[in-house]
Amino acid sequence: MAEPPSTTPPPDPETADISDTEAAASAPAQARSDRSPWNWLLIVPIVVPLTTPLFNHDNPRLLGFPTFYWLQLAFIILGVTTTTVVYRMTGRGERR
Amino acid sequence: MSDHIVEIVVFTALFLLVSVMGFVAARWRAPQDLNHLDEWGLGGRNFGGWITWFLVGGDLYTAYTFVAVPALLFGAGAAGFFAVPYTIIVYPMVFLVLVRLWSVSHRHGFVTPADFVRARFGSPTLALLVAITGIAATMPYIALQLVGIEAVLKTMGVTGDSALARHAPIIVAFAILAAYTYQSGLRAPALIAFVKDTLIYIVILVAVIYLPAKLGGWNSIFDAAEAKFAASPAPNDGITLNVNNQLQYITLALGSAMALFLYPHSITGVLASRDRGVIKRNMSALPAYSLLLGLIALLGFMAIAAGVKPLPGAREGTVDSNTVVPLLFDQQFPAWFAGVAFAAVGIGALVPAAIMSIAAANLFTRNIYKEYLRKDATPAQEANVSKITSLVVKVGAVACIVFLDPQFSIDLQLIGGVIILQTLPAVALGLYTRWLHRGALVAGWVAGMGLGMWMLYQIPNAATGRAHFGGSAFPLSKFGFDTTMTIYVGLVAVALNVLVAVIATLILRSMNVAEGEDGTTREDYFADATTAAPTTPAGSTPAAPTTTT
Repeated sequence: MAEPPSTTPPPDPETADISDTEAAASAPAQARSDRSPWNWLLIVPIVVPLTTPLFNHDNPRLLGFPTFYWLQLAFIILGVTTTTVVYRMTGRGERR
Repeated sequence: MSDHIVEIVVFTALFLLVSVMGFVAARWRAPQDLNHLDEWGLGGRNFGGWITWFLVGGDLYTAYTFVAVPALLFGAGAAGFFAVPYTIIVYPMVFLVLVRLWSVSHRHGFVTPADFVRARFGSPTLALLVAITGIAATMPYIALQLVGIEAVLKTMGVTGDSALARHAPIIVAFAILAAYTYQSGLRAPALIAFVKDTLIYIVILVAVIYLPAKLGGWNSIFDAAEAKFAASPAPNDGITLNVNNQLQYITLALGSAMALFLYPHSITGVLASRDRGVIKRNMSALPAYSLLLGLIALLGFMAIAAGVKPLPGAREGTVDSNTVVPLLFDQQFPAWFAGVAFAAVGIGALVPAAIMSIAAANLFTRNIYKEYLRKDATPAQEANVSKITSLVVKVGAVACIVFLDPQFSIDLQLIGGVIILQTLPAVALGLYTRWLHRGALVAGWVAGMGLGMWMLYQIPNAATGRAHFGGSAFPLSKFGFDTTMTIYVGLVAVALNVLVAVIATLILRSMNVAEGEDGTTREDYFADATTAAPTTPAGSTPAAPTTTT
């Protein structure tokens, strides 16, 4: 569980401007957004766990777990990795 | 009762410990004045990463889940495992959505999802629908937490014969819960969640290492389950899915994920966090609970391998499958550790029950009391109404369990998942677009509710011998398709909801029907703790009045 390292994030001009004055937020040029190409990565852990026909099998078993079970548990790691990557690549400006 | 004395002592001791914590919580992160809805109902809107993780985790993964999901695997096998993909896909799905909701709520001081809808669409009516839907979906969920505690109490043999004696321990437990929630608000479950989750993690780690070793390893556990399902006459059980229930599995996981963060109590946990970063980090950290849930689910198969026979249910000839996990612990663990495990489940019920009652109370206060009964309510009055409402909600939940068949609450909760989904267009789509007309959103809600109820009514339950409201898996053959496949009701209903909302929007717009005013601006959706003007902490009544049209 991740409090990210306490290194100061690189100054983000957009954030800095807005935090200076409330008025700056209303200037159209300053408008922030959550848009980022990295966000598309989030589709992967949403779609993959729902493709059950591809892994609805007993074998091969891993440590005694049928495929259907160990693979879905493994998708948790996929989800964590993806959200972490997206947060790291896009979320820096979120840090105060 | 005497053979369970150690379990009862450990259970009671831990229960008393968290009760004390619940009362002390009022002074934790001491607010200047607890008599404000932001303080009582949202813990000061200032929870950091760790607290939020425990709070939201303790909120979403309830005692009932921990008891019912393994019971599903015990009874039906693979189909019950849907809870795992459901809780995997939900976080990437809401990753971007929740920060928008947090930002706009932070700017405007929204406490409930209906507050947001009210301001976004300038429609008190639509907000009222969202609020009532939220309350109706949450109430049976609270009652189900009692079912979780009851499964444990039953296993410990703490049950009398008359209806009242059987329920006395639950009434006492809920009275204590109600008292400290009244006093400490959201701080109580936030603090207790630390104990709850620590206990659950310890119990499950021990269980998944100790029990397989005792039961001959995972291979033989799965083999035992496979043998049981092969011998059973039911067509849809097994340790893998089959052609009949695969679509249901996928749509149930997807639909449940879409519904999860529409529940008012989930949103309460989110809005209580300090900034956007806390939410985003938690989207990566909360899946730790999904791993826990997956392992807990497999306790159902362990119970099969251990030959557990569930205790009898409330009515003659039925079994209470919710008792399989407590029974497994009771049979396999030393008494003192079984006591710890039972306390984990029992306390696990208190945290979500507290948050849910707070969320329902906030909805009533903000979107019914303040909107319709007393428009000039001060923040202190709001907090007071919420506190009292939270008591009423809990009394109602206890009454449901004591006076009605618990099965009734289970059915209602099933319906709850379907109906809360009908707020998706207004709340979730509303965060992204204001294109949908407020009147059309009402029309979509009505259509989705209607179809959802009709579909649920059509579903029989073979196991309990009921003709209606027997589950959420709708046979597609009832739509006239030539197939044995089933699909999750909620997803179909919300699809119709969106469709109707789109069509009605086009119609209403062509007729130039007045649209409400949007009380939010584009920047509101990206505001962070440092960038927003501090409109809320001082606690003047925020936002809503300015949007009245």
